[in-house]
Amino acid sequence: MTLVLNRIDDRLIHGQVVVGWGQPLDVRFIVLVDDGVASSDWERELYRMGVPPEMELRFHSAAEAAPLLDSYRTEPEPGILLTGDIATMRELVRHGGVREVNIGGIHHRAGRRQYLRYVFLTAEEQSALREVAALGALVTAQDVPAARAVSLEEMLAHPEDG
Amino acid sequence: MSEPAAVRALVAGHGEFAAGLISAVEAVTGRGAMLEPVRVQGLGGEDIEQHLRERIAATGVTVVFTDLQAGSCTMAARRLLRDVAGVLLVSGTNLPMLLDFVMSSAREPHDSARAAVERARSAITVHGGPA
Repeated sequence: MTLVLNRIDDRLIHGQVVVGWGQPLDVRFIVLVDDGVASSDWERELYRMGVPPEMELRFHSAAEAAPLLDSYRTEPEPGILLTGDIATMRELVRHGGVREVNIGGIHHRAGRRQYLRYVFLTAEEQSALREVAALGALVTAQDVPAARAVSLEEMLAHPEDG
Repeated sequence: MSEPAAVRALVAGHGEFAAGLISAVEAVTGRGAMLEPVRVQGLGGEDIEQHLRERIAATGVTVVFTDLQAGSCTMAARRLLRDVAGVLLVSGTNLPMLLDFVMSSAREPHDSARAAVERARSAITVHGGPA
């Protein structure tokens, strides 16, 4: 087993990740890559308390995580790679080895346009996702396993106005 | 006897968790108005936190009930606990808990909530199963 899900989710650790994906994929560890969280004791403790005891949670900055991904892929048990934003995931994809990227939730904020119920993007974020795809990763949006995976092209072709 | 009608707590969770539970509280006790539902579908973590802050300020409640320990409402509420003093956060909320809370005669909402939590733990039962 290995990293079975590479997910971008601005809520980081929450129900969809821990229960929605974590249980069916039998996830035993989560690699949370976020510069802000990695550098704050309080933030790390907040997220640590959000995962069940049988799930291990590891924190890294983006720069720290990239060279560690290969070793995470050789772990005997399944894990999730999790970032809170597109730029961080792009950095990891650039480093190599991330072949699929799941957009799990990028929510409303000023300057973002809506594409799916749970995906809102600025123009820069749109280009960043295209760049991730151009680097060779298959990018799809899917909030929970039971939902249909929407391809990047399909998603970007149909913004939801209003 | 006058019924207490002021909002005493917020209820926040996934999907229609809050509205659903409160509709059940209303059906059983007629005291659904003591709980205010917070719906967060489509909101990011920061917006959830902001929304909870606004509702706490507007209602003056000192108790927040959430669904999942790892849920984004719980995370957002834990963030605001850092600087909003005197708020009690309870996760893992269920119907027996909310029923006990709204029926409580304790004057202090924190006391009602703590008692309701204990009541809710013991309200989970299992019957039947294979012979």
